[in-house]
Amino acid sequence: MEKSRYLVGIFDDEDILISAVKSIREAGVRIHECYTPYPVHGLGHALGYRRSRLPVAAFIFGLTGTILALLMQYYMHGFDWPMIIGGKDYTSLPPFIPVTFEVTVLISSLGMVTVFMIISDLRPYGKAKVFDLRATDDKMVMAIDLSRNKKMKLENIKNILTTAGASEIHEKSL
Amino acid sequence: MEVTTSPVRDPLITGRKTLHDITHDISYQVERKPTVSWLLALATSLGVLAIGLYAVWRTVWDGIGMWGNNKTVGWAWDITNFVWWVGIGHAGTLISAILLLFRQRWRNSINRAAEAMTIFAVICAAMFPILHTGRPWLALYWMFPLPNVFGSLWIDFNSPLVWDVFAISTYFTVSLVFWYIGLIPDFATIRDRAKGIVSRTIYGALSFGWTGGAKTWERYESISLILAGLATPLVLSVHTIVSFDFATSVIPGWHTTIFPPYFVAGAIFSGFAMVLTLMLITRRVYRLEDYITIQHIELMNIVIIVTGSIVGVAYLTELFMAWYSGVEYEQYAFLNRATGPYWWAYATMMTCNVVSPQLFWFKKIRTSIVATFVLSIVVNIGMWFERFVIIVTSLHRDYLPSSWVMFYPTLYDVGVYMFTFGLFFTLFFLFAKFFPVINMAEVKTILKSTSDNPAKHHKTEVGEKDVATQKI
Repeated sequence: MEKSRYLVGIFDDEDILISAVKSIREAGVRIHECYTPYPVHGLGHALGYRRSRLPVAAFIFGLTGTILALLMQYYMHGFDWPMIIGGKDYTSLPPFIPVTFEVTVLISSLGMVTVFMIISDLRPYGKAKVFDLRATDDKMVMAIDLSRNKKMKLENIKNILTTAGASEIHEKSL
Repeated sequence: MEVTTSPVRDPLITGRKTLHDITHDISYQVERKPTVSWLLALATSLGVLAIGLYAVWRTVWDGIGMWGNNKTVGWAWDITNFVWWVGIGHAGTLISAILLLFRQRWRNSINRAAEAMTIFAVICAAMFPILHTGRPWLALYWMFPLPNVFGSLWIDFNSPLVWDVFAISTYFTVSLVFWYIGLIPDFATIRDRAKGIVSRTIYGALSFGWTGGAKTWERYESISLILAGLATPLVLSVHTIVSFDFATSVIPGWHTTIFPPYFVAGAIFSGFAMVLTLMLITRRVYRLEDYITIQHIELMNIVIIVTGSIVGVAYLTELFMAWYSGVEYEQYAFLNRATGPYWWAYATMMTCNVVSPQLFWFKKIRTSIVATFVLSIVVNIGMWFERFVIIVTSLHRDYLPSSWVMFYPTLYDVGVYMFTFGLFFTLFFLFAKFFPVINMAEVKTILKSTSDNPAKHHKTEVGEKDVATQKI
């Protein structure tokens, strides 16, 4: 894979990072991504990310689970092998609800988590793109892809980063 | 973003921690060499596991006749232990899901260990119904709708026992996924700190290539909320369905509509007690006093008073309803519970579950570590007896006085119970050594708003906002 050059800015605090993201984007620099040791509220908004649509995925998977569970129970008790149990009808909705509910929850959560894993590129033995090891400890890391900011001079971007409050700046090829 | 420490609330994280301190305090326990006391603890639980394994082996080899169950008392210790373990599991989900939805940030320091407890407790619980099938290697066919050579002859979806299989297996899977998603960022922290090639490879594999990108965090938070929203009705459904095992039958003493809420309250009650038992030990051994403060312990004790009182009200309601129903059998079942040959079990249940948690009304007792530890064990003894009382006293005197018997557990009953204890503690000790016991990432999110670290001010916000409202 071809390596690209990044400018990495290190920030000490979440609030500095958020205001830095705003001012850097206003200055016309494209930010590749910010890496933080914990979820920082408002960071996604500052970076201009749209709200995640994973809840929609959860709903669709849940609906699939509901339908599958009901179809399974009605097929097995109503068509494949109808049996009279306790003198009741072959099929009736109320006793099918518990299993339907559990299958809904199961398929909904497993489906949503699988989608999350795929779109976030998380998998066992997945290779992490680490710009700075401290990003999972106590520092906020901002990565700027230099190939996508060709119009600006490197010195300029560095200046913008320093004014925005970065405590360290270094270059990295990944 | 403003700093929002309340001037009237005590900080949840003490010891003037910085972000790096949190990483270090928790990761250090994973990175250091195992201590002698940990090895001894693991050896002890493995020993208990081995002794219990003999009882399990005899149960499988010779059949469930090795247990004390008889023709009248067809369910006894096995189901008692099953319900007891499942109940314990419920506190973990309450802490991880329900308290997340209620934005109770004190949960952040305890949710990891509590969820681990849930998963291990559910594994222990599952042992009993699986062993009770007698032929565990065929159990899958009796529990799940798998195609088979008899037709296929399907399982009966009208049976609460089948509902239970679906409830417990869904509960286990969803809890495991929820727990693991939370572990990924912390595994990445340990991976990035790892010095040896072995630990870097192992934690690298476990951390799934996590980088902590803002986009991924946003999705992470989104799915955490949805999973919490799914797990909340799920956890309520699980013990409700467990109670259906009894409530949908026509046995006097079981056939009551109060069972679902009463079982759920009891489950949370015993689960919190087990969380306290485990956390008080972990806190002491790992020196986590700054993360699990007296305030955390007090809040958990308040949950215990609330749920313990609900359980107490349920016991009294049951007695009232038995009398008010006018059903002779129902009345006898409860009279027999309280004054029959198992009166001592009923008395233990009443003392441990209804009387003892009321001691937590005293601030001195609910903020005392020793008292909390003792009472947490008392509560779990009480909750074991509750299930024993419900199950055995309702069965041992049935409609025909000629078949009235007593239930006596055999050594193999005790052995299988010991097996689950060994399993539970072995898994818990392994977890405590190799996994971060506190969710570092989540604790870091509350550091700014609720710690006593004064250093955090001068770094906040470049100019503009005043943070003078902070409590130092």
